[in-house]
Amino acid sequence: MIRLEKRPEPSRTMSYATPLLAVLATMVFGGFLFAFLGKDPIEAIITIFWDPLFGEFAFFYRPQLLVKAAPLILIAVGLALGFKAGIWNIGAEGQYIVGAICGAGVGLAFYPLESWVIFPLMALAGAFGGWAWAMIPAFLRVKFGTNEILVSLMLVYVAEQLLASMALGAMRNPEGRGFPGSRNLSQYESAHNAELIAGTGMHWGVVAALISVIFAYVLLTRHRLGFAIRVTGEAPRAARFGGVNPGRLILFCLGLSGLLAGLAGMLEVSGPAGQITIDFNVGYGFTAIIVAFLGRLNPLGILFAGLLMALTYIGGDIAQSQLGLPAAAIQVFQGMLLFFLLALDLFTNYRLGFGREAAA
Amino acid sequence: MKLIKLLAGAAIAVGLATSATAQDKTKVGFVYVGPVGDGGWTYEHDQGRLAVVEEFSDQVETVFVENVAEGPDAERVITQMALDGADLIFTTSFGFMDPTINVAQKFPDVKFEHATGYKRAENVSTYSARFYEGRAVQGHIAGKMTESNIIGYIGSYPIPEVIRGINSAYLHAKKVNPDVEFKIVWVYTWFDPQKEADAAKTLIDQGADVVLQHTDSTAPQAAAQEAGGVITFGQASDMAQYAPMPRVSSIIDNWAPYYVDRTRAVIDGTWESVDTWDGIDTGMVEIGEITDAVPADVQEEALGMIEAMRAGEYHPFTGPINKQDGSVWLAEGEVADDGTLAGMNFYIDGLKGEIPQ
Repeated sequence: MIRLEKRPEPSRTMSYATPLLAVLATMVFGGFLFAFLGKDPIEAIITIFWDPLFGEFAFFYRPQLLVKAAPLILIAVGLALGFKAGIWNIGAEGQYIVGAICGAGVGLAFYPLESWVIFPLMALAGAFGGWAWAMIPAFLRVKFGTNEILVSLMLVYVAEQLLASMALGAMRNPEGRGFPGSRNLSQYESAHNAELIAGTGMHWGVVAALISVIFAYVLLTRHRLGFAIRVTGEAPRAARFGGVNPGRLILFCLGLSGLLAGLAGMLEVSGPAGQITIDFNVGYGFTAIIVAFLGRLNPLGILFAGLLMALTYIGGDIAQSQLGLPAAAIQVFQGMLLFFLLALDLFTNYRLGFGREAAA
Repeated sequence: MKLIKLLAGAAIAVGLATSATAQDKTKVGFVYVGPVGDGGWTYEHDQGRLAVVEEFSDQVETVFVENVAEGPDAERVITQMALDGADLIFTTSFGFMDPTINVAQKFPDVKFEHATGYKRAENVSTYSARFYEGRAVQGHIAGKMTESNIIGYIGSYPIPEVIRGINSAYLHAKKVNPDVEFKIVWVYTWFDPQKEADAAKTLIDQGADVVLQHTDSTAPQAAAQEAGGVITFGQASDMAQYAPMPRVSSIIDNWAPYYVDRTRAVIDGTWESVDTWDGIDTGMVEIGEITDAVPADVQEEALGMIEAMRAGEYHPFTGPINKQDGSVWLAEGEVADDGTLAGMNFYIDGLKGEIPQ
């Protein structure tokens, strides 16, 4: 007889092994899926995981990997700090949008003036926008005890409407022949988040993502605040006795994750995306939630998880065009990754027991 | 810094050189904004791709990527196709405009065709269809058939193409039914069955017994069928599975002849950058079968309109037409010029509400 036994304490080994096992399981079962669709599973897996990194055109895909992963990592790092403390910011997508609007707004307000101060000002505005948007659920939670999950999520839809209104109205390109969308910031040097080294994909968003990983790592392991975050998540009562002010922690965690999401939005709109359009947001704020958990809420883990997620997107698109795999199959494949991660996570806290249950 | 740039450039050049010599087949790529199974816009582009496959069989290889987000993802997917050796790439959504132009600059030997945009280059053509001709027919039928005199319209994005359609439909509905009123809902998406269904239900709740859509899924058709007594028109694709009611006719985008022509031009080496805007006359816009839910006399009038447009005898935007603010747009007998139509950003006289700003 097989049954689940609760481990006396969570297994460290399993906690590190589950992401790897989840990736392996996804490859195996994804391979079955591709085989059922009449494609060579080995070739499909190689196309998705190997070609972007080491294939013929890796010189193009590697930089793209950074471009795609940077906003995911930047947002996920902020989210993870809150998640660790049991503070659930589900609305990073909204903070990302508002950050982009504020950042682009500052840039467009200066157009066509060229000056080195414009870009830093945009970054400040973007970070502030994201922070302010996250402060709404934070304040409501602290003051009135509302549920931050619902409030932050609903504010995403408000932000989307705001984005549409900006693209159609206030920020519409006056030279755009009546079409919606702002001026392209990539054609406005002072506001353009260009590649720092051409051809590498390294733009300020990648730099910010790396700094945020280091910053969060230091915060969690070396700083009193990081300790407060961890204790609050694991034992809220103990944290309170230990002198942690829960209200302030909520304001800090939601505020910081909003700030990073806003910064990510600003760096995206001024860089890879280039302009405010109705469809500017493509779900980075939601995907970052998956990235945060895939990375075990650990900043270094998130770095790898973000890159892995980006790899499946880029590799998935290659597989579509080269092998004719449908987009839905790629999405199922990505879904499997999270599914197996959550399923295998069970074994961090439980183990399989064989035979009869031991007498209590 | 310079060295890396140089190397990257060289690598792209090598990639291009090998891809150009290593193949004898012409490779044609398609970038889609929705899934090929949307039953509307993307479905019809994919039908065009299949027509290319059928026409040239062994001479061409086609590839496609569906569900591509507009923005940096589109740019990456288009670049990837060019790297993989595509000779001709069709990018089939307005939002792919800047990405297409950006990639085209890096790959001067690859030909690009962008649907519904206005930016061209030496190696970038644009093409679109005069859907407003089909809208005129829809407006006529809708104006004749509505009993509540309320016609619902699901708008995707307030861009000239969509506004043109609204104006054309309204103009022709009003012509046959002076009491007609248009209610417009903007959903800000090309394809989202849930949102489209919600919009259709809202319009029906507000008394609309005709629902026109400028979105790509069949969800509004299903909503109308459920409500009963509401008529709809297939959009982009025939959507014949909802005939004879609620779907009483449709606008079909027939890209096949254009795609076959342009592919042949690349094979023959005669491809040039052009701006194509075709309508019913060349068959790029087709009107799907008008079902018997429409009275015989209305059917006949509609068919007459179609023939007149095919023969070039009738232009849907023929004056006198005033703008919404009452100012004169077209004088008696004057015909709209393509420039104004291409950038149309105003409602005509009689339409209520404002274009979202």
